[in-house]
Amino acid sequence: MTSPLHRDDVAHVAKLARLSLSEEELALYTDQLGQILEHANDMSTLQLDDVIPTAHPFGLINVVRDDSVRESLDRDVVLAMAPDAEDGRFAVPRIMGEAP
Amino acid sequence: MTLPGSWEMVVGLEVHTELKTATKMFCGCANHFGAEPNTNVCPVCLGLPGSLPVLNERAVELAMAIGIALHSTIAPSTFHRKNYFYPDMPKDFQISQYDLPINSGGYLDLPDGSRVSIERAHLEEDTGKSTHLGGSGRIHGADRSLVDYNRSGVPLVEIVSGPDIRSSAQARAYAAELRGILIATGASDGRMEEGSMRIDANVSVRKSGEPFGTRCEIKNLNSLRSLHRAIDYEALRQVELIESGGVVRQETRHWDENLGVTSTMRTKEEAEDYRYFREPDLVDLAPEQAWQDRIRLALPPMPAERRAALKERLIAPTPAQLDAVEVVIDLNLEQFVNAAIDADIDPVLALARAANELAGGLEGIGNLTPEAFCATLRLEQSGQLSATQAKTVLGELLAHGGEPGAIAAAKGFEQLSSDSLGSTVESLIAQNPDEWARYREGDEKLAQFFIGQVMKLTKGKANGKAVVAELQSRR
Repeated sequence: MTSPLHRDDVAHVAKLARLSLSEEELALYTDQLGQILEHANDMSTLQLDDVIPTAHPFGLINVVRDDSVRESLDRDVVLAMAPDAEDGRFAVPRIMGEAP
Repeated sequence: MTLPGSWEMVVGLEVHTELKTATKMFCGCANHFGAEPNTNVCPVCLGLPGSLPVLNERAVELAMAIGIALHSTIAPSTFHRKNYFYPDMPKDFQISQYDLPINSGGYLDLPDGSRVSIERAHLEEDTGKSTHLGGSGRIHGADRSLVDYNRSGVPLVEIVSGPDIRSSAQARAYAAELRGILIATGASDGRMEEGSMRIDANVSVRKSGEPFGTRCEIKNLNSLRSLHRAIDYEALRQVELIESGGVVRQETRHWDENLGVTSTMRTKEEAEDYRYFREPDLVDLAPEQAWQDRIRLALPPMPAERRAALKERLIAPTPAQLDAVEVVIDLNLEQFVNAAIDADIDPVLALARAANELAGGLEGIGNLTPEAFCATLRLEQSGQLSATQAKTVLGELLAHGGEPGAIAAAKGFEQLSSDSLGSTVESLIAQNPDEWARYREGDEKLAQFFIGQVMKLTKGKANGKAVVAELQSRR
């Protein structure tokens, strides 16, 4: 049976996720992810006309909190987690291109 | 601007507005512009592992208020993750609404009578703010970037119009009217210069009656003036490109305010694949009718309604008075004008003082009560203060507050008695027989001459109208 997934699809998704995969890994994941998709496709053989579409396992809706301020973290603690900081801000390598 | 030949521009706008909540969208960090960098951050808005978002009730209510004001349908909605890698979004995705937004459909009527359809108005979170060091300040050429996450997670509503706009002037009018609505609903402070309202413009061109052309999206226009200029530039660029045999590519473009041009930011081929999927940490949002009704009932009148109500109080308003109405509505000053009209002050005078003197001293508007405004105008209307003096008193009230009569007295604005004004006018008539003769023969311009002379002699204490009355009585 042919895989529902092409190697190039996996390469594209890997690129979007900033994953560097070797040719062997691409082949491996194309096969593994393909099996998962095939399994998902099994669902389409089921008769589900009477089933209400459900996007979330919980029946909860409108879970909200009050708009009241809570204490934020101490900046020194926050910036200590960063590889680099300058002038109270996170320093990151030069950005190529604009924000989406 | 008019496009050459039978070309027509087709514009749709995406307006992002930050919501005026106390806290961020999904955490209790303060939503506060201008705070020290990275002082309003926590595990949720920094995207630290294991943190969980909880939706801000007030943000939902403000989004509903916007939807109601735009005649949208409030529908059950969901949240999605928009995935991308960029340092301004530390969790590598932005929580947004995708196929099921809280507000669908609707419209906005503009003062010129045109109607622009609204496709949707959905909730999402803002990103952090990057500053690029080195190079020109623009991102290309920067050596490194510094990121402040105070803005990360601030609630936003994105309002997407239909492709109904046909000129840059209409685009500007739409943005201005929408801004007025956002301010009126209390959803936003509408401060474009602080980035609390930002606009992306989708622009294409076509020959009248033909199908839509390929569109370009101009990002991050942060003033009405930039919006106007960028749309004109982009539409003309597309027309010239097509007329010289070129083809418009679908792309995202950047507006350079200094150069007055748009330039390619990224093409469709480079466009991100955001891999939207449901945000598993948030449940559906489906405001019940009672909740919607509470918001609807609490909504104050919108600018269009307020504008119409104020115009009704004017008798045959002139174009200048209609402009003044726009200013008064835009700056939320009509309580002063209404109070004055209620107090039997000439609507034209009340409108003029509000649109000029109050508009010019907005930073002190908190010092001025409608009562003090009315009292000042009453003094002016009765002739106890000249126009110049009344303006000075209003300026003083805006600067420091106080009581108009006391301010006038402290400034030495005590009214000249009509006896003393009469004798001043008498002596001026005697000293200027030629001018007087011409005035008597009907040259009304000479009234200004006499007023000027009286003002000089009385050091501005006289009232222009009273001078004219004195002249008339001797004519």
